[in-house]
Amino acid sequence: MTSATAPVVRIRVTAVLQKLIGGHKEIEARGATVAAAVDDIEGNHPGFKAQMYAEDGKLQRFVNVYLNDEDIRYTDGVETALKDGDVLDILPALAGG
Amino acid sequence: MSTSKSAADAAQQPSEGSQGARQNKGEPVSVNVYIPTPFRHLVGNRVRVHAAGANLREVMDDLDEQFPGFAAQVRDATGELATHIGVYVNRIEIETLEGEATSLAAGDEVAFIPALAGGAGTALTPEMVERYSRHLIMPQVASIGQRKIIEAKVLVVGAGGLGSPVALYLALAGIGTIGLVDFDIVDRSNLQRQILHQTADIGRPKVQSAKDTLLAHNPNINVVLHEVPLTSDNAFEIMGEYDIIVNGADNFATRYLVNDACYLLKKKLVDGSILMFDGQATTYLPEQGCYRCLYPAPPPPGMVPSCAEAGVLGAMCATIGSIQATEVLKLVLEQGEPLVNRLLLYDALALEFRTVKIRRDPECPLCGDNPTITELIDYEEFCGSPFPHPEEEEVAAV
Repeated sequence: MTSATAPVVRIRVTAVLQKLIGGHKEIEARGATVAAAVDDIEGNHPGFKAQMYAEDGKLQRFVNVYLNDEDIRYTDGVETALKDGDVLDILPALAGG
Repeated sequence: MSTSKSAADAAQQPSEGSQGARQNKGEPVSVNVYIPTPFRHLVGNRVRVHAAGANLREVMDDLDEQFPGFAAQVRDATGELATHIGVYVNRIEIETLEGEATSLAAGDEVAFIPALAGGAGTALTPEMVERYSRHLIMPQVASIGQRKIIEAKVLVVGAGGLGSPVALYLALAGIGTIGLVDFDIVDRSNLQRQILHQTADIGRPKVQSAKDTLLAHNPNINVVLHEVPLTSDNAFEIMGEYDIIVNGADNFATRYLVNDACYLLKKKLVDGSILMFDGQATTYLPEQGCYRCLYPAPPPPGMVPSCAEAGVLGAMCATIGSIQATEVLKLVLEQGEPLVNRLLLYDALALEFRTVKIRRDPECPLCGDNPTITELIDYEEFCGSPFPHPEEEEVAAV
């Protein structure tokens, strides 16, 4: 459950993911961790989580999440703590050339 | 610019006998100086100017006084005459005379010729000196750098959206050998963004159309065509011939193949990709991380669309392709900071560029501490999707 006092963060997505969050490039979410913020988005935009997590429950290996420009794989993964005003970038691999 | 300044400063310093006694202590005389194309902007675009001095050193000092910046073009950072500049007095190389101490008589003709001195390497023809003049006037390039560009061999994977601007700018810059890998045929839907091809090229092999375009822009270069799909069987043979590989592939299987082959061959890889309104670019140098460190595995088929499925704004190709070409030229010139361990993100809708940190993953199966991938694998199986094949032209469209 997302606490009403949890930090508010900004989530930015690439153009291809915009359709999952109502056509927006950026939305706000609440959560004390990356996983909690993703859950919060899922509440408003069902289907978002399925793009983020593989069937084994782990973050998709073709999707990188950056917290303030640092890859969360090198911090605490989806358990990385968030604070008010943090910016999360969600970047799936692009293969177009 | 510190190089130019120090060279200019050095050139301003009086020559206090360290290079040997002056042969001519007489009065300065007026001589005619031939100015080569790359330096003419410094002298009001004149071919010949007058300068005064009893010897060549004084004439060069006078030229720098009259035309600030001149010394920076002909002297190196230590103030010595740059090795790639040939200086002639009445058509005789000054090295066979008395160097900068060579005495001058009124009316002598002094000529500064870049790139004809120095001996080894590729000599620039007069046509090249004119063509590449905007490179040659920059101290970070100069004729030594231009010759590195001419001697470089660069492979561009894909002659499509990204490959077009990359190959075109590399050709214009004078990259001496440009390889192109693509098996595709020019389709009308390519023309919205693939600037190597034109309407009349529809139906032609892309590499043929590309070669014609590149040579029309610069006939000095050699364009090598690999009109085949890049596979695990031919990647080493094709890529082994080149110094730098540029990735403009349109599918994940080829991207992982190119990455793995570059790592195993220890080649530099300049990577770029685009989709819709987003672009990414980065440079991988051997032992400093790879595409698998950034994206350990490809998306399951269908999870991330291709340009054919989701679209791409045509002009995006030029932005990312131009960045890739810039990276190649910087690597060739050994100038600046390459885009290594940084992923450049271009968001065309917000018109924002940002970089995020990327790093070598010690657990990477290819370049990590305990690699499990030590040779090229089956990339169709790895990605769960086949390489595009010539007969599947919709899939192949970038």
